[in-house]
Amino acid sequence: MSHHAEVTDPQGPPHVHHMDSTTAYQAAKFGMWLFLATEILLFGGLFCAFALFRWTYLEEFHHASKHLNVWMGGTNTIVLIISSYFAAMAVDAAQHGDNKKVVRNLTVTIICACGFLVIKYFEYSSKYHHGLFPLNPEFNSPEFNKAYQSFFALYYCMTGLHALHVIIGMCLLGWVISLARKNRFSGRYYTPVEVGALYWHLVDLIWIYLFPLLYLVG
Amino acid sequence: MSHNDHSHNPEGHNHELGHVLPHSVYLKVLVTLLVLTVITVWVAQYNFGNWNIIVAMFVASIKAALVALFFMHLKYEDPFTWIYAIIPLFLLFILIGGVFLDNPFRDNPIPLPML
Repeated sequence: MSHHAEVTDPQGPPHVHHMDSTTAYQAAKFGMWLFLATEILLFGGLFCAFALFRWTYLEEFHHASKHLNVWMGGTNTIVLIISSYFAAMAVDAAQHGDNKKVVRNLTVTIICACGFLVIKYFEYSSKYHHGLFPLNPEFNSPEFNKAYQSFFALYYCMTGLHALHVIIGMCLLGWVISLARKNRFSGRYYTPVEVGALYWHLVDLIWIYLFPLLYLVG
Repeated sequence: MSHNDHSHNPEGHNHELGHVLPHSVYLKVLVTLLVLTVITVWVAQYNFGNWNIIVAMFVASIKAALVALFFMHLKYEDPFTWIYAIIPLFLLFILIGGVFLDNPFRDNPIPLPML
């Protein structure tokens, strides 16, 4: 017997040894939730660093945070929330076996993600023009004291790592779209859609915390 | 352990695999999230001193809970998934709580990066 997933039902779950399809679905969801837990801890460590540095150097953090554009950050928050809505609707469409709708909804999600990255690009490039980037020798001058610089160190680390996750999420959802275009999903099998959407919701969740912390409260 | 219960309850029917929700739930959560975002930005213009961050984090947590419970279907998941979702929050609580129980009472503030 070959080890390929033998799919006799083209829209059904792939055959997994030692597990019925419902258990396989639940196991996949568990796996993704477990991975999301590690992601929360990953960003949580950075949030902890931010909390401590901010508590210690409150004045500098307030001041440094004013360089961030609240409207761009706020728009990005709305863009991600909308993208999350369409990801959730894609899972719903998959549950009802509507592959075309899955493709449409996930495409909107990815377009929103592109919008997010475009706005991010404008934010980062405006900072570059103001000299507020890590390897700029002028950034390391006395007027930008070290506490000020640590705000930006954390800002770039946290938003950069988040943007990387956005890109990874886009690739993941792109792969799910390619499956949906082959009519792969049905009410009996839509695991990749659900699991991909879970990852995307986490990306949204992280930004929901990043935005007020970096942009609003400083 | 599939649930083939097709009884009509207001929160949608139980599918064989995951839980299917009526579309209105997703829409209501979306609108609530957008409204809360606007509120977050609006409130931030006022200076409440130390309360600013508490209010901001509180509103962010409500938004996060809405995304987790409804978009991620956590409200309808089994206890094991809940454990996976809650343990990292608990660990973060210990991490951040522990750091703030220790560091503020030390004489030397955290060393700044050698930039």
